[in-house]
Amino acid sequence: MEHTDPDSIRRQTKIYVAVFAALATLTIVTVTVSYLHLSAVPAIAVALLIASIKGSLVAAYFMHLIDERKAIYAILILTVAFFAVLMFVPSFGNWDQRILR
Amino acid sequence: MEIPYTVEPRPDTGLYNAKLGIWLFLASEVMLFGALFSSYVLLRTGAPVWPHGRDEGLNVPLATLNTLILIASSVTMVMAWASVKLNDRKKYRLYMGFTILCGLAFLVIKGIEYAHKFETHHYPSTNTFLAIYFTLTGLHGLHVLGGMIVNSYFWGPGAKLFARDPERFGNRIEVAGLYWHFVDLVWIFLFPTLYLL
Repeated sequence: MEHTDPDSIRRQTKIYVAVFAALATLTIVTVTVSYLHLSAVPAIAVALLIASIKGSLVAAYFMHLIDERKAIYAILILTVAFFAVLMFVPSFGNWDQRILR
Repeated sequence: MEIPYTVEPRPDTGLYNAKLGIWLFLASEVMLFGALFSSYVLLRTGAPVWPHGRDEGLNVPLATLNTLILIASSVTMVMAWASVKLNDRKKYRLYMGFTILCGLAFLVIKGIEYAHKFETHHYPSTNTFLAIYFTLTGLHGLHVLGGMIVNSYFWGPGAKLFARDPERFGNRIEVAGLYWHFVDLVWIFLFPTLYLL
């Protein structure tokens, strides 16, 4: 995080409160949507979309990723790439079995 | 010998060492939880039927409350860091104290949920859904407990550094905060995955 002068910090505290309000609202939205009994694919898509927005807000503002050094972005790009491999490659592994079933 | 780059940034990375260290640690944590999420996806897609969290007796209102508590604790954690940067010790103790209490409240509510499960004879061995539910929430709960221990140290004896070297103390709180926000981030994805889908 690069801007740590007192005025900048005071401005940021207002943003933190606004992010909290957004996160709380999105939590209520995601619970409300779950009671609409959507079918599996749209339900998963909506829930993960809302979770991703919430996660991005936490990462960007509370973890200060909106204003960070290149070294941290480099670590995160690698992490996201390996995370994607971890999530999707095992799922590809049993595609043939599902097709044959 | 002094530990290097606790306050001033390293010339090559532009970061103090602990910050680079915590991000590398968090990267390994992403892989840990990623492996379990991946297992969840495999188990779910491979199962002929997959129960909804509510059908397995998961308490959505309690879990929603827990989500709001963890989000609130993330705000107070970042406010605690801001208070250190503004050199306001009273507010720092207030915000950090509230963060610890929120963590405690989260674990108590989780304990109530677990107790209800055990009372109704729902164990990790009961079915695949409960096995992955207890694994993911149990591991997450341990992370909350770990964060609370670190935060309690910085609220109590560790806070002496605030008077001696506020810049270094601020960096410690920032690092502890990054971990705490990560724990919040994991729950943001666990909550809909286990309880709502």
